[in-house]
Amino acid sequence: MSSYLEATARQRVAALISEFTEFLPPAKEWTSPHLPQLNAPVSFDDGVIIGRGTVDGKQVYVAAQEGGFMGGAVGEVHGAKLVGLMRAAVIHKPQALVLLAESGGVRLHEANAGLIAVSEVMRALLAVRAAGIPVIVVIGGSNGCFGGMGIVSRCANVIIMSEEARLAMSGPEVIETANGVEEFDSRDRALVWRTTGGKHRYLLGDCQMLVADDDAAFKAAIVQGMQDSIQSEVALSLAALEGEQEMLTARLQDLGNKIDPMDIWAAMGVEHPEDIAILDTEAFLQLTASIRQTERQHG
Amino acid sequence: METLVYRFEQGQRKLGSAAQLVGVVSSGNLEVLVQSLDLQSACEIEVNTAAVGFGVIWQAVMNDFNQRWQLADCRIAINDMGATPAVVSLRMDQAIEACLEQAK
Repeated sequence: MSSYLEATARQRVAALISEFTEFLPPAKEWTSPHLPQLNAPVSFDDGVIIGRGTVDGKQVYVAAQEGGFMGGAVGEVHGAKLVGLMRAAVIHKPQALVLLAESGGVRLHEANAGLIAVSEVMRALLAVRAAGIPVIVVIGGSNGCFGGMGIVSRCANVIIMSEEARLAMSGPEVIETANGVEEFDSRDRALVWRTTGGKHRYLLGDCQMLVADDDAAFKAAIVQGMQDSIQSEVALSLAALEGEQEMLTARLQDLGNKIDPMDIWAAMGVEHPEDIAILDTEAFLQLTASIRQTERQHG
Repeated sequence: METLVYRFEQGQRKLGSAAQLVGVVSSGNLEVLVQSLDLQSACEIEVNTAAVGFGVIWQAVMNDFNQRWQLADCRIAINDMGATPAVVSLRMDQAIEACLEQAK
């Protein structure tokens, strides 16, 4: 077993992608023009690695965000690299676009440039799907996937998470700052994980696959995701959007009054919701196979 | 931020590899980019560090590094976020070893 959580973005690319060729490698030194003005250090790849390679012999375009550099936050150059990769994918038509996401969202140091970058990434991602290329997002880093990148992820065809991974819009500290500690205690790690963590996302159908924190497991899931995409509609359709809207409406109706995720799991039919947190991935998947919310339509 | 530049003349060892990057610009860590470049047998090191005022220590770490490797025609660029001298030495050696591995 080799931990995906502990690895850097470069190590993840090396572990998951064969025959990798990097676009705009660090030697090109395309760094952030904003950070030096704020007296902050830059990174030669601006916290994201982009390129092409193969998975299971199939051509893929890949991006990997480095959570260690500013929490993987998206700045102007970082975002432009993602957009450029996605536009290149539309032209060259790989079998899939794989995004190894780890990000707190917009890089606030870069203000509007970062915000615009994230919205451009969303548009570019949907263009990739419109071109019939499935987008597979992998979330397994310690910084999770939040803010604008959380939205980007939910625009993808397939999301693969580990139990340790987190996916949400506002992060725990943001919620606590805005609404008070009574609303959400960001230091309560058990609460944070059962609210945003992989198991909860999987039970609700917000991610398609849950895997153990292991490079090989993530790789196998990417291969599976690519296979699943062949049989399903890749482009975003109105029908899929309406289906999603219906699902969310029903979720709010059925579960909107529940205070804690454990109440939600109980309502879904989990007999001992307090046991969920300690189950390993395999046991969790077996226990919850029958009660997991039906997988959302790809959309 | 502080920028420090070092140049060591008359190196002995050419790496002859493609550019290599190791490390991450995170708290207490740094990234090291090594490139082969015609520098008339010199090794040039540029450090951009968030920790201001440690030039003397950097000089000592770079002197040690140069004694270990004696590199020629080599450009090293560092983005640092407050790494300790031991971590700096470790990362720089790791970067050179990655170059030697790649050039095999």
